[in-house]
Amino acid sequence: MINKVVSGADEAISDIENGNTLMLGGFGLCGIPENCITALVKKGVKDLTCISNNAGVDDFGIGLMLQKRQVKKMISSYVGENAEFERQLLSGELEVELIPQGTLASRCMAAGYGMPAIFTPAGVGTEVAEGKEVRNFNGKDYLMEYAFDADFAIVKAWKGDTAGNLIFRSTSRNFNPVMAMAGKITIAEVEELVEAGALDPDQIHTPGVFVHRIFQGANYEKRIEQRTVRTKK
Amino acid sequence: MLDKDGIAKRIAREIKDGFYVNLGIGIPTLVANYIPEGINVVLQSENGLLGMGPFPFEGEEDADLINAGKQTITTLPGSSIFDSALSFGMIRSQKIDLTILGAMEVSENGDIANWKIPGKMVKGMGGAMDLVASAKNIIVAMQHVNKAGESKLLPNCTLPLTGVKCIKKIVTELAVLDVLPGGGFKLIERAPGVSVDYIRQATTGKLFADDAVPEMSLN
Repeated sequence: MINKVVSGADEAISDIENGNTLMLGGFGLCGIPENCITALVKKGVKDLTCISNNAGVDDFGIGLMLQKRQVKKMISSYVGENAEFERQLLSGELEVELIPQGTLASRCMAAGYGMPAIFTPAGVGTEVAEGKEVRNFNGKDYLMEYAFDADFAIVKAWKGDTAGNLIFRSTSRNFNPVMAMAGKITIAEVEELVEAGALDPDQIHTPGVFVHRIFQGANYEKRIEQRTVRTKK
Repeated sequence: MLDKDGIAKRIAREIKDGFYVNLGIGIPTLVANYIPEGINVVLQSENGLLGMGPFPFEGEEDADLINAGKQTITTLPGSSIFDSALSFGMIRSQKIDLTILGAMEVSENGDIANWKIPGKMVKGMGGAMDLVASAKNIIVAMQHVNKAGESKLLPNCTLPLTGVKCIKKIVTELAVLDVLPGGGFKLIERAPGVSVDYIRQATTGKLFADDAVPEMSLN
């Protein structure tokens, strides 16, 4: 079996350069590649274009990279949880492309499936449609949206094996599997790295062919954005 | 006049047995608390879950299990989990029977604006544009007038649109209204104690009302 294991986050991201386009998995702070984000902040790489559903919060997730002004452009669907982001956006320091969440996911999917574009009704008749080709199928209008072209995809999985196969846990799956398929180079950090053969092939979410580098992450904080509970009666 | 829970309670009566339902953030989330007994409903959370359960008991929160509002939640027997592309696949292919979401403005031809106030608020559309573009059935839950006292039911939306000609029903603290296929708001029910004239004054868009408009019942 081909071995995809690297020593850790620093090695995994060592060839990410200024100006690269990165996909980062996660929804809110759920399922984000914490170790790689820390390594990117340490490396100080700049002028990045980041494709990620959200932009973290002020002091966690992609918010840490925004604090250090490492991000030139953000492509996201919802950024409401990050005050520093909103400040950089309104002051013009940060370029932002807000796109519908399903369009974001489908543009990742298209890249991973080797398709140049998709057609979606999301955004028809809105400012999202400006400058885009509209095609009518069966009486309904659709926007043509291109597959993403990302240098690196950085994802977080629950378990992975040395061959790069990934299993995600609960709703931390979110964008991770589609982004894993979409990067020219895909980096996966996992909570538990096992030998090839230890995972049931029937249970694999992302086949190892899509993953170029894998390592076992450490010190996962897994911060909760909205802690909502009920009390036992 | 209804409070937020009253709006949620009224909308819950629109939910039918066997529905798959997507609830937006805000008032729509409250609808889950008022789904009538004996009705089987599956709640979809577009971050990748069908069969959303209640909030976890204190101490049982799982950072890996959240809803689209980033709140900690639980699963139920029969729940399933999937990735974001698949989640919007089931939305686009109209497997979700009903979408309930909030709005800043709705126009009399069914346009909705709920994602951006230019120069002021930039949060993004999240999944709202996908939902309104594909959903078979959308109910808007919102206040009838904004904080400045201006109507949110307008001839045309003034804010950037989320979707066009997609809203069919609106429930506010004052009324239940349908958007007519030819344009205009049709007053279907009044909130308890609210007169047709009062609703008319709070509605800038074209309003159609019969001579007698029933008061809504919440039970």
